[in-house]
Amino acid sequence: MWIYEKKLEYPVRVSSTNPRLAKVIITQYGGPDGELAASLRYLTQRYSMPTPQAKAVLTDIGTEELAHMEIVATLVYNLIRNATVEQIKAAGLDPYYVDHDKSVYFVNAEGVPWTAAYIQSKGDPIADLHENMAAEQKARATYEYLINVSDDPDVTDTLRFLRQREVVHFQRFGETLNLVHDWLSSKKVFY
Amino acid sequence: MNKRQSALLRIMELEFAAIELNLFLDTHPEDRCALADFEKVSQELMKAKTEFEARYGPLMNFGFGRNQGDTWRWIESPWPWEINFKGFELYGEE
Ligand SMILES: [Fe+2]
Repeated sequence: MWIYEKKLEYPVRVSSTNPRLAKVIITQYGGPDGELAASLRYLTQRYSMPTPQAKAVLTDIGTEELAHMEIVATLVYNLIRNATVEQIKAAGLDPYYVDHDKSVYFVNAEGVPWTAAYIQSKGDPIADLHENMAAEQKARATYEYLINVSDDPDVTDTLRFLRQREVVHFQRFGETLNLVHDWLSSKKVFY
Repeated sequence: MNKRQSALLRIMELEFAAIELNLFLDTHPEDRCALADFEKVSQELMKAKTEFEARYGPLMNFGFGRNQGDTWRWIESPWPWEINFKGFELYGEE
């Protein structure tokens, strides 16, 4: 069961209409290292996690990633909501516009739609937790590239928050990995 | 920045502390200090949410937030993506 809370995890501030910036930020919505991929990856891997801590960490981080997906969507929506067709064309967002108008859809920065092939659920907790740690680092790197590209200091502030969350998630997954290793060695199963 | 937005920001601040403590406790379930902090923060958060909902309607759906009054206030704007916090100084900002 999930309950919706009518608030963002972190405030979104957008200085001005900026379809160019929306075009790249959308990759954290529907790209390979984005929030949809992160959320669905953890929420589907949790069923085969063996320890209490791992089940909780995957459930809670998977849920937090849904909140990040909402923050990214709010950024994109507010960056393009008032854009004119001229601004959209100048930003190179016209191919997106003809398919989606100004709605928010799951694509990467180049317009490629999201695919479940971005994520894995291997059933082996060591393999899955390593994938998750790598995913957090890739998401962190993506936010750093977005911060480099951003020309809106208010948007950058929100991107910095999202980047920092990836660092915390990496830390929690690392601890979870150690706990699963301990559990496996207590069972005398070695990987 | 209106009163509703300030009240919402206070809830966001408290809930963020709760999220952090929750994730930390997931891998440190016996940490006494974090347990005490979580209890304190979640009490403050519940109080702030109750006050907010009495004034502005439910913050959560499916019965987790109260709807007082004679209309269904859940459907009222603004939804989270309709709020621009532009012009508001965030906590910890110079
Ligand atoms: Fe993350």
